[in-house]
Amino acid sequence: MAENVYDAIVVGSGISGGWAAKELTEKGLKTIMLERGRNIEHVKDYTHTNKNPWEFPHRGGRTQQMIADYPVLKRDYALNETNLEFWVNEKESPYTETKRFDWYRGYHVGGRSLMWGRQSYRLSDLDFEANAKDGIATDWPIRYKDLANWYSYVEKFAGISGSKDGLPQLPDGEFLPPMDMNCVEKDVATRIKEHYKGNRHMIIGRVANLTAPLQNRVNCQYRNKCWNGCPFGGYFSTQSSTLPAAMATGNLTLRPFSIVTKILYDKDTKKAKGVEVLDAQTNQTYEYYAKVVFLNASTLNSTWVLMNSATDVWEGGLGSSSGELGHNLMDHHFRAGASGVAEGYEDKYYYGRRPNGIYIPRFRNLNGEKRDYIRGFGYQGRAGRDGWSREIAEMSIGADFKDALCEPGQWTMGITGFGETLPYHENKVSLDKNKKDKWGLPVLAIDCEIKENEKKMRKDMMEDAKEMLEIAGIKDVRTYDSGYAMGMGIHEMGTARMGRDPKSSVLNEHNQVWDAKNVYVTDGSCMTSAGCQNPSLTYMALTARAVDHAVGEMKKLNI
Amino acid sequence: MNRREALSAIGWLMGGAVIGADLLVSCTSRPLQVNDLFNQDQITFLNEVSDTILPATSSPGAKDAKVGAFMAVMVQDCYTPEDQKVFMEGISQLDEQCEKKNGKKFLECDTKQRTAFLTALDEEQKQYMITKKEGDPNHYFRMMKELTLLGFFTSEEGSTKAMRYVAVPGRYDACVPYKKGDKAWATS
Repeated sequence: MAENVYDAIVVGSGISGGWAAKELTEKGLKTIMLERGRNIEHVKDYTHTNKNPWEFPHRGGRTQQMIADYPVLKRDYALNETNLEFWVNEKESPYTETKRFDWYRGYHVGGRSLMWGRQSYRLSDLDFEANAKDGIATDWPIRYKDLANWYSYVEKFAGISGSKDGLPQLPDGEFLPPMDMNCVEKDVATRIKEHYKGNRHMIIGRVANLTAPLQNRVNCQYRNKCWNGCPFGGYFSTQSSTLPAAMATGNLTLRPFSIVTKILYDKDTKKAKGVEVLDAQTNQTYEYYAKVVFLNASTLNSTWVLMNSATDVWEGGLGSSSGELGHNLMDHHFRAGASGVAEGYEDKYYYGRRPNGIYIPRFRNLNGEKRDYIRGFGYQGRAGRDGWSREIAEMSIGADFKDALCEPGQWTMGITGFGETLPYHENKVSLDKNKKDKWGLPVLAIDCEIKENEKKMRKDMMEDAKEMLEIAGIKDVRTYDSGYAMGMGIHEMGTARMGRDPKSSVLNEHNQVWDAKNVYVTDGSCMTSAGCQNPSLTYMALTARAVDHAVGEMKKLNI
Repeated sequence: MNRREALSAIGWLMGGAVIGADLLVSCTSRPLQVNDLFNQDQITFLNEVSDTILPATSSPGAKDAKVGAFMAVMVQDCYTPEDQKVFMEGISQLDEQCEKKNGKKFLECDTKQRTAFLTALDEEQKQYMITKKEGDPNHYFRMMKELTLLGFFTSEEGSTKAMRYVAVPGRYDACVPYKKGDKAWATS
């Protein structure tokens, strides 16, 4: 076997790439995982994870130099001192914002699985049937029954904690024990349930943090420092979970600093024969060959690879025959909600830092209700006691002021909506050949925005939050809309959607590129609609399912 | 001795003898420059300002947590040039205002005078921030107060002695009793 020949190639090492590598190698395929960035070794390379707050010179804040170096990251909370090395170097890897798009990237082994929010929810048929029922975009080629067992499969391995709530719009899964709600959250949940007669629910977040040991991983230690990387393996990441499993098979080769620039398409077989790699350190170009390619480079970068794989057969890129490649970019719009004060809990507190909040599953446009927009939103939130940064209006400076701040403040509770964004054809990405990255490669131009449906939904996201909090006894409730630009949700989805027809979709029901059946795309780019649930668990399930299909097809000699 | 320890030693030397602080420095040589913006005198000054905002009580105060040096790092690294200017000028303004009111510089005042003066300055700052229009400069004492709170409550002294800090909680107890006087958790 030649040096650069494998059974399978996985492009990318984040949440879905890690799953592809684990599944392929466990099924006996010699696999190479190509990662464009540096390696980050589990535990060893979590440089800041055991630091105390005072060991950061700016206590976690941002310097003027950081602000200058990270023109995109600075737009939200992500720019900070404690895990700066996990975010992409924006100067090396620019992109073009035809309209504003906040793109938060992690170019290293593990990708954003190291920094993700870990909220893990299943989609339901409410989501899979939505496009067909609304007559928009294109129908998902799968239904919940196609994915249900795969959700179970990945949940059991990844370790998702949560409660079983019996809600059709948010199917239960194979959960580790749920984390607990605090005193205020429990009472708010009870009052919401009573008032809405079981039509609205507040549940504990379903989160990829271990509430019991799993495999070789220690359960969550409640430090709430997940995005520094966890030395206990307390949350799911490539490093803590899928990569060690893949390595244990002896079938995985991991190659960092490997920018996949194109998929090599063979006109005669109508399949991919491999990929071209640019070594990010040496600038040398290599070719790797395999029977099957899993493209898991992250939503927009997988589409970039496809577009950059243009040939005289497919001038718009591999998978472009439908005209949908690059289109239908989605995210979740958020940062609208309400918060207020909980009175009467002054004798209650908590111990430990729970890396999780509460979740209110979608309740709008269900059971025949019709708002002035379609689809819906869920809420994430939490209650807690104010810390030292609170204002104490009647106090100024001095000993009493200090001693007051050393005690916890009042209880507050806030909830923020996460709303579905529709798949608009005109929300798109394309190659900007006039701008090059550090390696001379063309960059992506991103052109998208939210429209009337999302804007109308945001009003409900505020007003419903206020109503529910007030009904639950929260005082001084204030609504807010802190403004949203696409990308901020860090849930970018679409641009290589699945569908039933090669004329209107890029991928088929097994995530195969219609135009090259041995290329599978199983990251967020495959999404046909967005739902309002955090999407990563769905990528895991789709990936495991697609690998199972690919191996079956290889055995049948179909690919 | 690292830089912070050095600062601490100087701070201790000067701590008791504030009246002679200016004199002491002018007698020796130019004050030690700590970074591009701040010299040692200014850090001593900021330590005293911060310690008036958050004094030692049953737990250490801001000076014990070396908040002056922290402010110097934050202003130099994190502030915009405009805010840096406001802050640096604020150091002199604070002294000038203090002299107008008390007939002597801030470091020459006793604890009671310092507290009364900064209480009034904090009121001025609060009023200013209410009427401040967008684009108007921030108030220097607002900056000093904010940096004092941040510097102290995220310091080791503030986190572990003024509040409670557990690096690895190991579990989550969702609902535990609280009685008045119990310290807050330092981090959330």
